[in-house]
Amino acid sequence: MMDAFLTAHKLSVTLAGREVLHDISLALPRQHLVALVGPNGAGKTTLLRALAGLLPARGAIHIGGDALSALSLRERAKRFGYLPQGHMVHWPLPARDIVALGRYPHGATDPARLSPTDEAAVERAMLATDVTQFSTRPATELSGGERSRVALARVLAVEAPVILADEPTAALDPRFQIEVMKNLRAAADSGILAIVVTHDLGLAARYADVVMVMQDGRLVAQGAPAEALSDDILANVFRVTAYRTGHEHRMIIVPWAGV
Amino acid sequence: MVTESAAAKRRTSTIIAMVLLVVLLALISLGVGPVRMSPLTVLKTLFGGGGNDVYRVIVQEIRLPRTILAVAIGAILGLSGAALQGLLRNPLASPSLFGAPQAAAFGAVLVIALGLADVRSYVLPGAAIIMAFLSVFALLVVAGRNAGLLILILAGLAISSLAGSATALAMNLSSNPFVALEIAFWLLGSLEDRSFRHVMLALPFITIGAIILMSQRNALRALSLGEETAQSLGVHVGSLRLIVILGVAFGVGGAVAVTGTIGFIGLIAPHLMRPLVGYDPARLLVPSALAGAALLLAADIAVRIIPSTSDIKVGVLTSLIGVPFFLYLIMRERRALGGGVG
Repeated sequence: MMDAFLTAHKLSVTLAGREVLHDISLALPRQHLVALVGPNGAGKTTLLRALAGLLPARGAIHIGGDALSALSLRERAKRFGYLPQGHMVHWPLPARDIVALGRYPHGATDPARLSPTDEAAVERAMLATDVTQFSTRPATELSGGERSRVALARVLAVEAPVILADEPTAALDPRFQIEVMKNLRAAADSGILAIVVTHDLGLAARYADVVMVMQDGRLVAQGAPAEALSDDILANVFRVTAYRTGHEHRMIIVPWAGV
Repeated sequence: MVTESAAAKRRTSTIIAMVLLVVLLALISLGVGPVRMSPLTVLKTLFGGGGNDVYRVIVQEIRLPRTILAVAIGAILGLSGAALQGLLRNPLASPSLFGAPQAAAFGAVLVIALGLADVRSYVLPGAAIIMAFLSVFALLVVAGRNAGLLILILAGLAISSLAGSATALAMNLSSNPFVALEIAFWLLGSLEDRSFRHVMLALPFITIGAIILMSQRNALRALSLGEETAQSLGVHVGSLRLIVILGVAFGVGGAVAVTGTIGFIGLIAPHLMRPLVGYDPARLLVPSALAGAALLLAADIAVRIIPSTSDIKVGVLTSLIGVPFFLYLIMRERRALGGGVG
């Protein structure tokens, strides 16, 4: 592995008196797509939030050599592109303005007055996710698939070294699931560390360099898809068996039956 | 992008049109009363110099403070409404629905009833601002973060009822019947017989409130994506909330301290402007302030024109218009209120 860019050391999070993350340590390099999988309630979303500094955690997080706790909110915002579940938009803003909010951490707080640099970043992100044609459409009027691509474009527009995406493929039809994963794969190939929460083991196996498996607030396995999604782990963590095959040099894994 | 500049042009022309409307209404407002003057005569009296001395005294000494207050207070109410709707990402938010003016009125009434100050003292806006801040703060604490529409409105109802009862108690316990009478009239909300002393009392606080709210406009836009995402973009959501409440408290507290409670301007103004300038909470602030000024000027002109045996108070009129409008909004937002997705 290359040098770790994002590290966590003994990360623990307590929410409402209950410890939901226990002693998580990890070290992840850039130019990787990391799939974060685990049963419901395993703590995947909590881990993403903790990594982004969005909730108080014990332990230490370092990004690019800097302690997260020593960074200002704005400095953190420049380093993490955070895509929450559900892509909430409360007002019918034009899609392009939403993508432009990705430049907020860079001081571009008004989408109507972007510098050429910011404008270029917005355009790149919209091209990558193929949403340029929606520029002036209110985001609330877009379909679920279109809206999730706009949300992804907003995160790409940050041009942060790390992307944290929480179930970006949930509720999307198969074609858009593939499109979104391809976007994230391309981001990773361009040098970004993308951590993606997903319930789709097939997508994880197909697109990720590294799979991290969580259970009950702990990281129980971590490695290449073939080892992290072994029969043992699937049986113990997910309580399923799996059918495996291959296609175009990628592993195909289909959860098959409960155990 | 062609359509985008079209949207920007539309915003600019809306703002220009609203400024002209406010100026026109202000001139009409200066001309309305026992002695009627045309807007042209008003202009001559204001800027022409010389002319009729009686007219000058009427316009400059008697009606100008009233008109300035109508513009400033209408504007801060519209601005506060737009800012609160942006903060709570909720088109039904407004200071009066959350009990802020009622609480501010209680603060002022308490000061008068306890005999701590006369009605022209700076203690009055001070007390009004503190109570307005406490009421909105309490509302957000009770309703919790990310509260739904229904919870916010129920909590607002409770807080405005509490403020109303507290005010009634203060009047009830007040030993001097004249004090009680004065409080009652003043609670109805009116711009009558206001002097430059009142303008000086309210304007500094209204200005501070407006500056505070305007300073948060871009953070309010980022908040359109939800609190968590806004935080991940570098918006300190906790302080944003406190700052907006503070701005609303300064504006509403300062306004209530000289006019009493004038409701529903803050609810209506943003709704009138959204079809014209779009939904962006940041771009809605200035147009909403202008719409608020126009609404209050129009209402204050109406109370002087409507024939009646005794004076109709402007606060009564805005509520009479505002409540049906609120009911219409509830009908429109029924689905969200019913617990569906907003």
